[in-house]
Amino acid sequence: MAVETASEPDTRTAPTVRLRGAELSYPGRTLWRGLDLDVAPGEFLAVLGPNGSGKTSLLRVLLGMQPLTSGTAEIAGQPVRRGDKRIGYIPQQRVFDPTVTVRGVDLVGFGLDGHRWGLGWRHRKQRRQRVGTALQAVEATGYAHRPVGLLSGGEQQRLRVAQALVSEPALLLCDEPLLSLDVAHQRRVSQLIAKQARETGASVLFVTHEINPVLPLVDRVLYLVNGKFRVGPPEEVMTSEVLSELYGTRIEVARVGDRLVVAGADNSDHHVQEAELP
Amino acid sequence: MTGADGILGKIFDFGVTANLLSYPFVQQALLAAAALGLVSGCLAPLVVSRKMSFAVHGTAELAFTGAAGALLIGVSVGVGALAGAIVAALLLGLLGKRDTERDSVIGAILSFGLGVGVLLLWLNPERTANKFSLLVGQIVGVNSFDVLLLTGCAAAVLLVLAVVYRPLLFSSVDPDVAAARAVPVRVLTPLFAVLVGVATALGVYTVGALLVLALMVTPGAAAARVTASPGKATLLAVVFAEVAVLGGIVLSLAPGAPVSAFVTIISFLIYLVCRAIGKRRLQRSTAV
Repeated sequence: MAVETASEPDTRTAPTVRLRGAELSYPGRTLWRGLDLDVAPGEFLAVLGPNGSGKTSLLRVLLGMQPLTSGTAEIAGQPVRRGDKRIGYIPQQRVFDPTVTVRGVDLVGFGLDGHRWGLGWRHRKQRRQRVGTALQAVEATGYAHRPVGLLSGGEQQRLRVAQALVSEPALLLCDEPLLSLDVAHQRRVSQLIAKQARETGASVLFVTHEINPVLPLVDRVLYLVNGKFRVGPPEEVMTSEVLSELYGTRIEVARVGDRLVVAGADNSDHHVQEAELP
Repeated sequence: MTGADGILGKIFDFGVTANLLSYPFVQQALLAAAALGLVSGCLAPLVVSRKMSFAVHGTAELAFTGAAGALLIGVSVGVGALAGAIVAALLLGLLGKRDTERDSVIGAILSFGLGVGVLLLWLNPERTANKFSLLVGQIVGVNSFDVLLLTGCAAAVLLVLAVVYRPLLFSSVDPDVAAARAVPVRVLTPLFAVLVGVATALGVYTVGALLVLALMVTPGAAAARVTASPGKATLLAVVFAEVAVLGGIVLSLAPGAPVSAFVTIISFLIYLVCRAIGKRRLQRSTAV
């Protein structure tokens, strides 16, 4: 694969993410191979697939935490590297101890300068202002001074959105941010991510095992299964034919209202997420 | 009964206490203790967030081993305790890399270190008071070299802490995002263990190896009950540690009792009060 076809390094028009011939293999197992992918500025890409298909590993590659086995990965025209400040990261909701000494303002502040040495007294004013703006954008100002460990999952994930966006990144990497949230919060948090990304022009890579909460927001889907993948708009990828081919077994995709229901013909296949109906 | 009355009487014999406070060796002791309280208070909230109480305990036992060794070969106990604590910090860092192992690694090292320490004390022909003090503390024994070593080490720990504080706090309370943002966790973890080791070694002087937790953990745990602000928690922990260590020393002067008894009692009382205050706060929010 040629590393660069266009010679003008214009970062404004360069795709936020560019993968060329990307392969990630462990001894005896290939997660994906020959992956070519361009994510345009402002695009919302959902990354779907069963457990162990390399969804999170893809994020780790883009974060510079995991080298590719072969191929190239670029963020806005530059090779991936560790600690790239143009990336915001939203993790899964995790359980904070109720007595952990951290508040929403601290968490969001970490997103701005948590990696820097020193106590951070010099730019305190500017810092407070930017953190305040980010908290306002996700409507979290009301509970920003309460202990994080006492907040609900939905409230925590709103803070996560603010934390990831406070540094105004060009790319937002989300690793199952809706996991363990109820349906109403899933929708609100994902809408918040899409809205914020749209307003700042950031691209979103959204790893999830459940497409329905993000379905109305998604521009394209990257579906990874057992070393194979398919990229395209949801209506092209989320079909019985495509998923059956990827999984190598009969898969039925049905549209129920505004939800997609994916069901494996083989009921023992736990990889296929069956959407729960209310 | 008369013994207990005697102790109580002596504690509240302010004349004796005031008289003792005018002695330079007591003032030296208080200076050393104040430095220790400051360092412990600054580290304690981080020790608590990183769930390192047991590691502090293990480090203290090896500091005791080092001190016992130093006593035997006739070098400064402070230097011995420091060496032991740093070896412990590095050992725990090397052997206990995985969360699942850490607990058992500390248990294994701790018991071994304590055993070796006891052996070293038994080999030592010196009088017993000095040996006993390594376990339960006897700060009035510090000399001017010790004070210099103590305050010097305390200043060094605080300086390093000021530099690494922000990424350290980040990786302590939010490790996944910290790793994604390339906070050098692999450097910070052993570095913090060494800082804790140095502070623990300093604690061996005052409260003794067995009771170092009273200063390195309890003030942080107490502060975490009443505030969620990292800054306020640090400030409170420093105040709590200072009150415990200085108060403990002053109270122990007149009866000539082991310092550690009073330090731990004060420290624990503060913890209980903070738990009671914090209980409403925690309950109110879980009800929502």
